[in-house]
Amino acid sequence: MVTISEAASRTTVANAGVIVSDWATAPDPEEAVVAAKTIGFPVAVKLCGDAIAHKTERGLLRLGIDSAEEVREAGIELLEAARPEDGSVELLITAMARGDRELIAGLVRDPQFGPCVMLGVGGILAEVFADVAFRLAPLGRKEAHDLLNDLSAQALLGPFRGQPAVDREALVDTICALSDLADDPDLVSIDLNPLIVVEGQPIAVDVLVERRHLPSSGTFETAATSGDPN
Amino acid sequence: MARDLTPLFEPQGVVVTGVSSHPGKFGFVTLHNLLSCGYTGNVFAVGREEGTILDRPVLPSIDALPDSAAELLVVCTPASANEEIVRTAATKGVRAVFVAAGGYSETGETGAATEARLVALANELDLILAGPNGQGVTSPPSGLCAQIVAPYPPRGRIGVASQSGNFVSAFLNYASQTGIGISRSVSAGNAAATGLADYLEWFADDPETDVGLCYVEGLHDGRDFFERVQAITPRMPVVVVKGGRTSGGQRAAASHTGSLASDDRIFDGMARQAGMSRAPSIEAAFDLAATFATQPLPAGNQVVVLTTAGGWGVVAADAVTTHPSLELAPLPKDLLTAIDSMLPPRWSRNNPVDLAGGETRDTIPELLDLVAGHHSVDAIIQLGLGIQGNTAALTRGGPFYPDHGLRRIVEFHENQENRYATAAVEASTTHDKPVLVASELAVARPDNPMVAAVRASGRLCYPSADRAVVALGQATRYASWRRDLA
Repeated sequence: MVTISEAASRTTVANAGVIVSDWATAPDPEEAVVAAKTIGFPVAVKLCGDAIAHKTERGLLRLGIDSAEEVREAGIELLEAARPEDGSVELLITAMARGDRELIAGLVRDPQFGPCVMLGVGGILAEVFADVAFRLAPLGRKEAHDLLNDLSAQALLGPFRGQPAVDREALVDTICALSDLADDPDLVSIDLNPLIVVEGQPIAVDVLVERRHLPSSGTFETAATSGDPN
Repeated sequence: MARDLTPLFEPQGVVVTGVSSHPGKFGFVTLHNLLSCGYTGNVFAVGREEGTILDRPVLPSIDALPDSAAELLVVCTPASANEEIVRTAATKGVRAVFVAAGGYSETGETGAATEARLVALANELDLILAGPNGQGVTSPPSGLCAQIVAPYPPRGRIGVASQSGNFVSAFLNYASQTGIGISRSVSAGNAAATGLADYLEWFADDPETDVGLCYVEGLHDGRDFFERVQAITPRMPVVVVKGGRTSGGQRAAASHTGSLASDDRIFDGMARQAGMSRAPSIEAAFDLAATFATQPLPAGNQVVVLTTAGGWGVVAADAVTTHPSLELAPLPKDLLTAIDSMLPPRWSRNNPVDLAGGETRDTIPELLDLVAGHHSVDAIIQLGLGIQGNTAALTRGGPFYPDHGLRRIVEFHENQENRYATAAVEASTTHDKPVLVASELAVARPDNPMVAAVRASGRLCYPSADRAVVALGQATRYASWRRDLA
């Protein structure tokens, strides 16, 4: 099993209907600056490649970048941090989504029950509270609503700290998109972690897709550079 | 199309192999149970000893079984002998085999190979194969107790299928204790050829069974189980207890979703999606199955708590309020006015409806009917009954009975308790709404006339308000799920 790059992961889920934060890829720091200006500051800059699954642990992302100069510096540092085993890499520039609520959603293949969709409360305390629930894919909208209702922290989905309630229909869209993606047997797992709730809308700001086989190179690069669903 | 398990649960004649005169051996116990619980069909014993056991002639081998005299074969002989026995039995008209004997896949690779041969043989001969390594079958509608253990449960509407024989016994013990009976029970054993889904499918079509109750530890094919149960639950509620909650599988660490995907969480989501009602414990599972078997399905989530006095109502109201599937119904104005006219002004004038000791002879039956009949009420939990019966018991056993007018008051108290229990059932039946009576006396004093009368009415007297609320909450959730399907 292999992970694919965040850019390719974003394209995969966005094509299925998941709302992801604005993003673009760039081969070098100068193009990263251009991309950042198009997206609008602040942005996040990440090192992006198929073999890079855990950016945080390796310090391969810079968050809340406010200027062209900082984008350039971040781009240089990140590309220098690449290791030979990372293979082909590029820079990923994403919009910074701002919201107080984080959710997590995903797809996993269970040896007993096959493809399962998960929804849970995200953020740094996610694993402590483990407020997550599953459904078997494929599932319909009613079952997706039922999945939302399984979370213990229902108050978190209502109006919260001056922000509107989470748009349950939009969250159901995301769940159903993950369910649709389960049709692809090559797709092993998907993580939307976190989904940040912005003005009630759940937006995936980090996406990791794991496949059985690495698709032939080129397929996703093309898609990624054109892949701004917003 | 469900596999027809009629020959297993309603056999025309039963034959047991491995019968010896040692009353501690499984063969003897099975024969004893078959002859002791009311089964009216032919019962044959096969064993090595000559003469009779339990007044039955012992057949020297299965070859001596008359043709078409027994449909069910209960196998208590060792694994090595059983393929030959099964093959011969099939020629004699046997259609179902329960293999109580062990020595199969539970023992390792050799046993697994033996089991595989047995399954292949059963398929070849078109036999129903239950077990191996199971405790047996009971089927009170046909008087059948074909098991190596006790008890034999009272007849009722709950169909039990379990991957643990001990939990079959546990459910049957609860059935005996509460009087909420069993339609069929089966210990699936290794479930080599017939699994939980097969039993549940047959229960769903069985006119004797209203609810399936199962204990699951592991599944051969989880997806198949899910799909088949999902097809059952729209017409029959299925209660499930899952063992092995904590044995999380090791999964690929690349995915965060993967690390959160414990077996238990996925099972939980699967159960909800399939419309199964998952219970957290064996006793909660039985409470819930008994509720499905004896109460109407609630049409909504609005609950009224009725209590004669005390903190019972407060605690029950807390439990209802915090249950995600239930709401404590706001007392409608017309109902409040009506109750005002029945009681002195000190009653709670709220839900919980606390009579505060203001009731007279007819208040409780009238109130039950009044509240159950109101369109904004979906279910009632009745608490605080049994007090008069308790007083009567102390008085009856005391040194002054029956003088000093005690006989008359004791009879009055006992009659009243009977009336309350009857009124609860009548209100429930008349208005087609659940009315759950809860009291610790169910366990503490099962001889209390209220408890006895609830039992005689065929309903469960819940041992606590909390247990009643949990069962009602799950029944409400299931009913809502089923309504949404329509």
